[in-house]
Amino acid sequence: MAETIIMTGNTAAAIAAKLCQVQVVAAYPITPQTSIIETLSQFIESGALKAEYVRVESEHSAMTVCISASTVGARVFTSTSSHGLLYMHEQLHWAAGSRLPVVMCCVNRGVGAPWSIFNDQQDSIAQRDTGWIQLYCRDNQEIIDTVIQAYRIAEEVYAPVMVCYDGFVLSHTMMPVCVPDTETVNSFLPPYKPHTFLSAEKPRNINPVIFPGMRHNSEGVLCDGYMEMRYKLQEALEKARDVIVSVGMQYAKLTGRDYSELLWRYKTEDAEILLTGMGSIATEATVAVDQLRQEGIKAGVVGIRAYRPFPRKAIQEALKNAKALIVLEKDISYGFEGALCSDIKAALYGTGLNAPLHNYIAGLGGRDVKAREIYEAVKTSLEDMKSKKAQNKTIWINCRR
Amino acid sequence: MIEVRWHGRGGQGAVTSVELLAQAAIGVGKYAQGFPSFGPERRGAPVAAFSRIDEKRIKVRSGIYKPDVVVVLDSSLIGLVNVTDGLKPDGILIVNTTKAPADVKKELNFSGTVATVDATAIARKELGVPIANTTMIGALIKMIKVMELDSLKETVEHRFGRIAQKNLAAMKRAYEEIKISN
Repeated sequence: MAETIIMTGNTAAAIAAKLCQVQVVAAYPITPQTSIIETLSQFIESGALKAEYVRVESEHSAMTVCISASTVGARVFTSTSSHGLLYMHEQLHWAAGSRLPVVMCCVNRGVGAPWSIFNDQQDSIAQRDTGWIQLYCRDNQEIIDTVIQAYRIAEEVYAPVMVCYDGFVLSHTMMPVCVPDTETVNSFLPPYKPHTFLSAEKPRNINPVIFPGMRHNSEGVLCDGYMEMRYKLQEALEKARDVIVSVGMQYAKLTGRDYSELLWRYKTEDAEILLTGMGSIATEATVAVDQLRQEGIKAGVVGIRAYRPFPRKAIQEALKNAKALIVLEKDISYGFEGALCSDIKAALYGTGLNAPLHNYIAGLGGRDVKAREIYEAVKTSLEDMKSKKAQNKTIWINCRR
Repeated sequence: MIEVRWHGRGGQGAVTSVELLAQAAIGVGKYAQGFPSFGPERRGAPVAAFSRIDEKRIKVRSGIYKPDVVVVLDSSLIGLVNVTDGLKPDGILIVNTTKAPADVKKELNFSGTVATVDATAIARKELGVPIANTTMIGALIKMIKVMELDSLKETVEHRFGRIAQKNLAAMKRAYEEIKISN
């Protein structure tokens, strides 16, 4: 029977990996992720999870071990944060390029310099173009549910999935989590059966140096070149939108929890002012929306679950009636604006929607983002947007300028 | 929604208290959240932990700045940490101390309710260790009335196994022995 237990986001992630019966875990400790792999190593040591825990000397090696284990057909798990993720960067491309269904939790943390162990999303946003699917969670329930769904998605699309959630705000905060029972997870997620894998009986050379053109293999068959492989990875991620939705609907049927969309909505039916964001900041925005609605301001929240693949059509549909848009995010593309803001604008290009849009950069390096601050910023923006000159602005929230 | 801030020292179990309280709260059909003060932790250093309990699903993800209740697990923190910082003027301050509540109220010049209990002595007697975190849950339950003391039974038994009864006895004593000054 499913049981509801108070637990941190990191415990939820570790339990999810256990329920998915991962076979290999390779990870290196880094705050605020460490308690995931501590919990997993306890599960493995006690025999509760039959898996191999490979201790490594770095995150680069952790991902390399995951890639190797996945190449021989194992279901693998790892998790990291911040500089650990940056150190993995090269191997992230290798995992995606090799089309391996690796699942990793990124417990979002700011990036140095200067050192910060606290939350923002610059780490995972900086890995946006590695070919990984990126899913963002808004609470601990979504962490356990998203990790479980991530294996189904990864193993169907043959692309790695990064499950991202805010460090400390979720990783170290205890909330009620309904833990699905083993039978439910088993019926949802069968054992991993790769379409191909490397074995000692059938040795092969994988990922050799490849020239710009297409190539003949040893049997004389004309095979994909680099460009074709890249095209196929792009196609796979485009296709992943439908897979994420169908997997989410199947999961919803089993658990009663709705994952039928690439995004989630809060009070959007009649909303004219739409706030969007990813992770816990979007949840905090729902509290601000309640305050705005008390004053008759028709506000709502559209939360982004899937960042890559980007839910272009779903966003166009969800934002089409907006009279004003606010994009909240815990990252910045230096020299331009928030990365999510650019993506949302790109998705809306050509739709005819020309609502004013303010981009809030907030919560960098763990600076707390309070509902009241969002509420006040939105009130100011709405006033400001009356001026033609202030239709498109980036605003730093709670930051001395 | 009730918001509680706990003051303790690293290792005194403030985070465990927060977890037990939250688990017991969802057991009686409420919603709950708990978190430590974010960041590095050191044994013996002043730490804080936070609880939220509500009838509705809790959507707030930001910190607690104006708690309804403050629980002080270690009275040596008074003077070292501003324990009444942000505490609502009509809020409740619960201190583990041998002092009378009226004395603490005067010392901290706090306008709300002050309650004191010698939780360390109770813990020493009932548990054999001077760790007052579970004992102080009994004191808190008496003051906030969000659930019966019995509602914690299952959670404490699940967590502490063979030493659960001792913890429950300590909580009950704090519940009964707490002194209140309005």
